[in-house]
Amino acid sequence: MTAEARQEAVDRFGASPEAIASRLAEVRYMADDSLATAVFLALRLGKPLLLEGAPGVGKTEAAKAVSDVLGRALVRLQCYEGIDTAHALYEWNYQRQLLAIRQAGEREVDIYDDRFLIDRPLLQVLKAPDEKVLLVDEIDRSDYEFEALLLEFLSDFQVSIPERGTIRACAQPVVILTSNRTRDLAEALRRRCVYHWIAYPEPEREAAIIMLRAGDVARATARAVASAVRVIRARPLAKPPGIAEAVEWANAATILEKSGSPWPEAFRRSIGVLIKDDEDLSYISPEIVDIVGEALD
Amino acid sequence: MNPSATDPDTVTATMPQAAVPLFRFARLLRHQAFPIAPEQVTTFIKSVGLLGPRSMEDIREAALATLAPTPDRREAFDRLFRLHFFGETPIVEEVEDDEGALARDQGEERNRHTRTLRQEEGGSLSSAAEQLAMRRFDEASPSGDLLQFRRALPSSLPIRRSFRTVGTPSHGQVDLRRALRMIVRADGDVPQLPLRWRQPVMRKVLILIDVSGSMKLYTTDYLRIAHAVVQSVPRAEIFTFGTRLTRITRVLRIRDRERALARAAEKVVDWDGGTRIGPTLLAFLRVPRFAAFARGAVTIILSDALERGDYTEMEAAVRRLSAKSFRLSLCTPLAGDPRFQPKTAALCAIRPVLDDLVDGSSVKRLTDFVLSLGRPPPASTGAIRRQTHSGKR
Repeated sequence: MTAEARQEAVDRFGASPEAIASRLAEVRYMADDSLATAVFLALRLGKPLLLEGAPGVGKTEAAKAVSDVLGRALVRLQCYEGIDTAHALYEWNYQRQLLAIRQAGEREVDIYDDRFLIDRPLLQVLKAPDEKVLLVDEIDRSDYEFEALLLEFLSDFQVSIPERGTIRACAQPVVILTSNRTRDLAEALRRRCVYHWIAYPEPEREAAIIMLRAGDVARATARAVASAVRVIRARPLAKPPGIAEAVEWANAATILEKSGSPWPEAFRRSIGVLIKDDEDLSYISPEIVDIVGEALD
Repeated sequence: MNPSATDPDTVTATMPQAAVPLFRFARLLRHQAFPIAPEQVTTFIKSVGLLGPRSMEDIREAALATLAPTPDRREAFDRLFRLHFFGETPIVEEVEDDEGALARDQGEERNRHTRTLRQEEGGSLSSAAEQLAMRRFDEASPSGDLLQFRRALPSSLPIRRSFRTVGTPSHGQVDLRRALRMIVRADGDVPQLPLRWRQPVMRKVLILIDVSGSMKLYTTDYLRIAHAVVQSVPRAEIFTFGTRLTRITRVLRIRDRERALARAAEKVVDWDGGTRIGPTLLAFLRVPRFAAFARGAVTIILSDALERGDYTEMEAAVRRLSAKSFRLSLCTPLAGDPRFQPKTAALCAIRPVLDDLVDGSSVKRLTDFVLSLGRPPPASTGAIRRQTHSGKR
């Protein structure tokens, strides 16, 4: 693909929010209007997209879908407590540097040459912005210092390496950040991004997602799961079930039903794939038959 | 919308006519304490242009995406949007109330010196809602020197790895710069690779002590523990709250405990008064300097969490505090009662965001808990740990 063709792909993909929603649907991601708008704005403004939401609402999936549609490789940087420049930006291959110095003997050798630089995700994307989409996953897990480190990258799409100077991206890369909101992100970071809060989907849309993602689940089952899960999420649980769990539940219940359990019973027996916390289980299990019974009607 | 008196006409005059309401909306949000940067306003106006706009919905979505209100303020944001663009009747904003409280608290900060002089006749300063009082610590009360606690504390707090690297004899990354310098010196050879590593540092400790009337029996003990914490840990911050918020870290730095406590007793004016947990905690969070103390800190609230009346503010405050803190613990003396169940509406509301809900009814229990902070919290969030405590003893 040439550079123009790539640009054209972005243009075609991002003609309007509706176009984006339909292209995302082609790669099996159901985006609602405001998510499509946020993606559209992020692409057009050349800003990073910050997705926040409860665990399991499909933040990472959204990033994968966007990279699929754009036809670019997804470079994923999983954040964790203690992540630093060596993991996110670049690292010097010091063994090779030392060897090169040995080999060089009296000759002069540039030990800060490209061949000694190990690219980490941010630098990889910076060097090939047209071919890659960067996903900074679960940024809320990283330290505040790392957030500060990201600021330069996200606002100017450049990275400063003391030994080499500043490396700038030749084009605006597409960057998507996700956060589970286990802690507040710095205002400076939020300000630089286009922001979208992904909420749990409406029952109809969730049913559609379940139909799309699960193997072979009847429409009625998907509907029942969607509305039951909605009721369960409204309860004060330690970990409300996400979309992925709902899909699994629909799958599991269908399998149980095929092997001979009647309907509400199949749902009750497969509750373990939906709720994975002991206290939550003991809280919800007495009611589960009623909830499912209501949802099936 | 009427341009307010401070709105410089020159700014809006140079703008395209259509952009003016958008600009004013951003200003309105700013007045309601939404943090919005100038850059965000330009992005907002630009993105409305990009979207068409074909409908009001486009403008709303552009505002959501670029001005980025936090989820807990979405409702207020939507209300302001409707007010501004659809001319709906304004509903009284709680924010204004908070800011009032904040202004009061900041005012207090500034007036502290004058107030310490005047507080002898404290009654003249108190309002109907506030009951200001002095507290005299009984020096003869059983102290328990907390010496063991002070010794054990620095090694039992949670740690994190600092971002800065320092030299280390073993277990680290190769320090390339020093290695290269050594190579030059040793003529192309490195006898031993110099190493660097990221040193572990202690997390900050933030203690918020409830000094309202219902906590009367415990505040003295709590202050003693707070004093011990300040004395043995470099980065600790102590605040008291009842009807007001007071920072007492500085007076607790005085080494002599009785003197430090006496100074604290002078400094805090709302001893044994009413309870306004929500508003005071929100006031705490609204001062950026204070809120920064909570970032990544081990936050301990010593309170019975008995909020009078509406607890939504307290819930919001605790939620935000928990989002900032590394770990948020509520120590309530009520949990000392074996029949205690966290069943009050306020406790139920905040329980999911707490990392620990523990017994704070005695010095022993509380210090034991603080010393256990270095270990990870129990697996399920908001679990009450009283059972394990009483099981052991």
